[in-house]
Amino acid sequence: MKTTFSLNGQPAEADAHPMERLLDVLREHLGLTGTKEGCGEGECGACTVLMDGEPVLSCLVPLFQCEGRRIETVEGIAEGPAREFLERFVATGGVQCGACTPGIVVTAWALLQRNGQPSREEAREALAGNLCRCTGYEGILRALAPEAER
Amino acid sequence: MIGIGESPPRPDGFAKVSGSARYVDDVSLPGMWHGATLRSPHPHARIRSIRFNAAKAPEGAVCVTAADLPGPNGVQLLDDGWPILADGFSLHVGEPIALVAAPTRLAARQALAAFTVEYEPLDPILTLEAAETLPPLYELRLENGDVEAAFAAAEHVIEGTWRTGHQEHIYIECNGMIASFENGGALTLLGSMQCPYYVHKALTHAFQLPEDKVRVRASVVGGGFGGKEDFPSALAIHAGLLARACGRPVKMIYDRHEDIVSTSKRHPAVVCHRTAVSADGRLLALDAEILMDGGAYKTLSPVVLSRALLHCFGPYRWPSVRVRGKVLRTHTAPNSAFRGFGAPQVEFAIERQMDRIGRELGLDPYEIRDRNVVEPGDRLPTGQILDASTSARLCLEEVERRTGFRRRWKELEEARDSAADGEPRRGIGLSLYFHGAGFTGNGERKMRSPVTARLLEDGRIEVLTAMTDMGQGCAAVFPQIAMAAGGVGADDVIFAEPDTGDVPDSGPTVASRTTMIVGGLIARTVAELRDRVLAWRSASEKENLSIREGWIENASGRAERFRDAARRYREETGPVEVTIHNEPPEWQTFDESTYRGAAYPTYAWGADVVEVEVDPDTLAARPVQVTAVCEVGRAIHKTLCAGQIEGGTLQALGWALMEEIKLQDGRYLNDRLATYIIPTAKDSPRIDVHLLERSWEGGPFGAKGVGELPMDGGAPAAVQAIENATGALVNEIPATPERLMKALGSSNVLPSETSPPGPLSSEAGEGERRRGIPS
Repeated sequence: MKTTFSLNGQPAEADAHPMERLLDVLREHLGLTGTKEGCGEGECGACTVLMDGEPVLSCLVPLFQCEGRRIETVEGIAEGPAREFLERFVATGGVQCGACTPGIVVTAWALLQRNGQPSREEAREALAGNLCRCTGYEGILRALAPEAER
Repeated sequence: MIGIGESPPRPDGFAKVSGSARYVDDVSLPGMWHGATLRSPHPHARIRSIRFNAAKAPEGAVCVTAADLPGPNGVQLLDDGWPILADGFSLHVGEPIALVAAPTRLAARQALAAFTVEYEPLDPILTLEAAETLPPLYELRLENGDVEAAFAAAEHVIEGTWRTGHQEHIYIECNGMIASFENGGALTLLGSMQCPYYVHKALTHAFQLPEDKVRVRASVVGGGFGGKEDFPSALAIHAGLLARACGRPVKMIYDRHEDIVSTSKRHPAVVCHRTAVSADGRLLALDAEILMDGGAYKTLSPVVLSRALLHCFGPYRWPSVRVRGKVLRTHTAPNSAFRGFGAPQVEFAIERQMDRIGRELGLDPYEIRDRNVVEPGDRLPTGQILDASTSARLCLEEVERRTGFRRRWKELEEARDSAADGEPRRGIGLSLYFHGAGFTGNGERKMRSPVTARLLEDGRIEVLTAMTDMGQGCAAVFPQIAMAAGGVGADDVIFAEPDTGDVPDSGPTVASRTTMIVGGLIARTVAELRDRVLAWRSASEKENLSIREGWIENASGRAERFRDAARRYREETGPVEVTIHNEPPEWQTFDESTYRGAAYPTYAWGADVVEVEVDPDTLAARPVQVTAVCEVGRAIHKTLCAGQIEGGTLQALGWALMEEIKLQDGRYLNDRLATYIIPTAKDSPRIDVHLLERSWEGGPFGAKGVGELPMDGGAPAAVQAIENATGALVNEIPATPERLMKALGSSNVLPSETSPPGPLSSEAGEGERRRGIPS
């Protein structure tokens, strides 16, 4: 069964079971392996993608829900205007092992779209659904809220 | 030119933020199948039979049991006592019983239903108390000075029992491996690992293959923390067995549930201290017993226990010590390497013991430490004389200067009894800690780990090491060291992928040794190649040339690119390669039978101040602010160095306050991230890191090891802060609300003039509290 949606700004089509996880559709059918699986049950946020601009956990989204929607993954975000933010994210120590990073980048980018200068507290709130085990979140928060009170 | 101490963007950074970095699960090989593991549901059982009904499995599925092994049934680590697949008996829940491969991941999972295993459940040993009745997996002693005489003469004898729990690594990328047999019978592995040569050794042993018929390559590693030190050896064998059985590449990726259930964790520990102290607060004797839960198999426990013994006395002066350490065997998954490797448990214990001693003598946490902290020239209980890089006092004084800890602690002590009902309680805690950098004892001497550098045909230098970047950043730090040591430019040096087919065995990526040991070897090999090129050019120019930032210069300043000269040198002389082995300094000797000598070439030092807020109704303790002052020699890459301390500190606070593996009858109650809770961004405090940079002559450009140090200080400081806030004497971590409630509802609370022991809020009534809250 075919599901059609917009993927990183391009029309896309997935021929898969409607209950297949969006995460698997992206990784295995569409070859976009930037989106990671960390827990498979919506707890770690590593698989976060944007659906119509809102962060969703692709391990909990069945394919049929994507029909006609706009999906953006880390690959799409990295090709767009996020480059400056991503370079800052690397420079501030936001990345260590990188396994949580795609999900955090997607969540952070969505935050920056609605709030260009988040406070440290706003950034912590937005990131609360994304686990990182390497950085203690400090490097990530430095990238997101560089003006935050220090 | 990127200098030492600068923070260039890490070379793997953009690939990771843009999703193009290839982790093992992102790799797919032609014709590849998927593997799955059948696991024991029993903590202890005899396996009567294992049957695989192919008719019930997806078409073509192949299975492997212990009966199908091509060699010994043991994962070669220190020894091969850890079975590849259970044979006859299963000793913990989640132990691998059999393997299956099928064309898809889903089909492999479905094929597990085709197994029928007949178990005869046996009585399990599940507590350290019960395990003490059996022979230990390993034991060690350390004794120095006349302990009995010290106790007989001491004004104070103070006892304390301190307990720490399991901790699961929760690297965000679960364990994963792809195995394939190439033409000619060579086994090739690609996967997430810290130690390619550990995996290589385990594979040659299990498959009885010559070394050149096994090739192991690390993919991008999505976090390790010690959890990918030994476990990947087992998973690599499993994937290899299935690849051999089905004649195709096989990928095995653990899901989070099986990664939590079956892989190693931090050893739970009980440390019993008895301390002799003089009237003025000088430590006279330490008498301690360390019990660690090794789980079902020995794995790396002997080395973990060794590090525990060598850190249990803390950064303090002791005229006499007596320590007995044991790793006991229980019917739980084997516990093994986790950042800190035995030190965090015993440093939690000694730091809390110091707090108790301070209270007994009326000294604040700073004073009791200040009176006993080691200084350069002091002797550790092993007899090692501490060198000039001993910075415990500097860290202690600096953290006090930055935080005003003593005044704040006293204010909060005084405010405790008069706090308004229902108001959040603030508390502050201090810890002082240290960590031996590099392998313990004679480990480095036995390994003599090599690093190779060679000139490529285009004149660039290629450096070959077996180190993996699991996030800590050696991919950034190594080039900085190479550039600074060689005077070469950023484009003049490349680093080989960690692939046992190419790189020498420069040892495992563990023990805070990567920058300090391997970085030092990189500096020397690159400098040696540079010297050869310079000597060749100097000879032909008949003058002494120098090099700066990749350009060779003569006295008049005329310059040529190093790479061009190196290319011509390479053309003239043929292959140029330098291999240098690590030789620890001669003075660094350690007697493993008496535990005397220099167990580590140097130590990193740290002091933490942690401030917490305790909710009076829920008793949840939230860390608000951490100040970590650390001396790790010189930082090569400041941002990454601080990042290690930031991340390690939060990992320590997670262990201290919330992370808990709950087992019931040996079975996991919380084998998922919904129930095994690690800190989120909302739980995390502000972490201010201050590097006290002091050059250490034994490391490259003055660097010591950093990776594990920050795991040692967070927990005792956080628990002391809870005590400061609430009066609850918590002697076991994690200091969950349940444990706080229990302490507050019992006599395990600081004496108070004004209020009886009880909850912090009158909302929770006396009667409710007295009924007792299970922990």
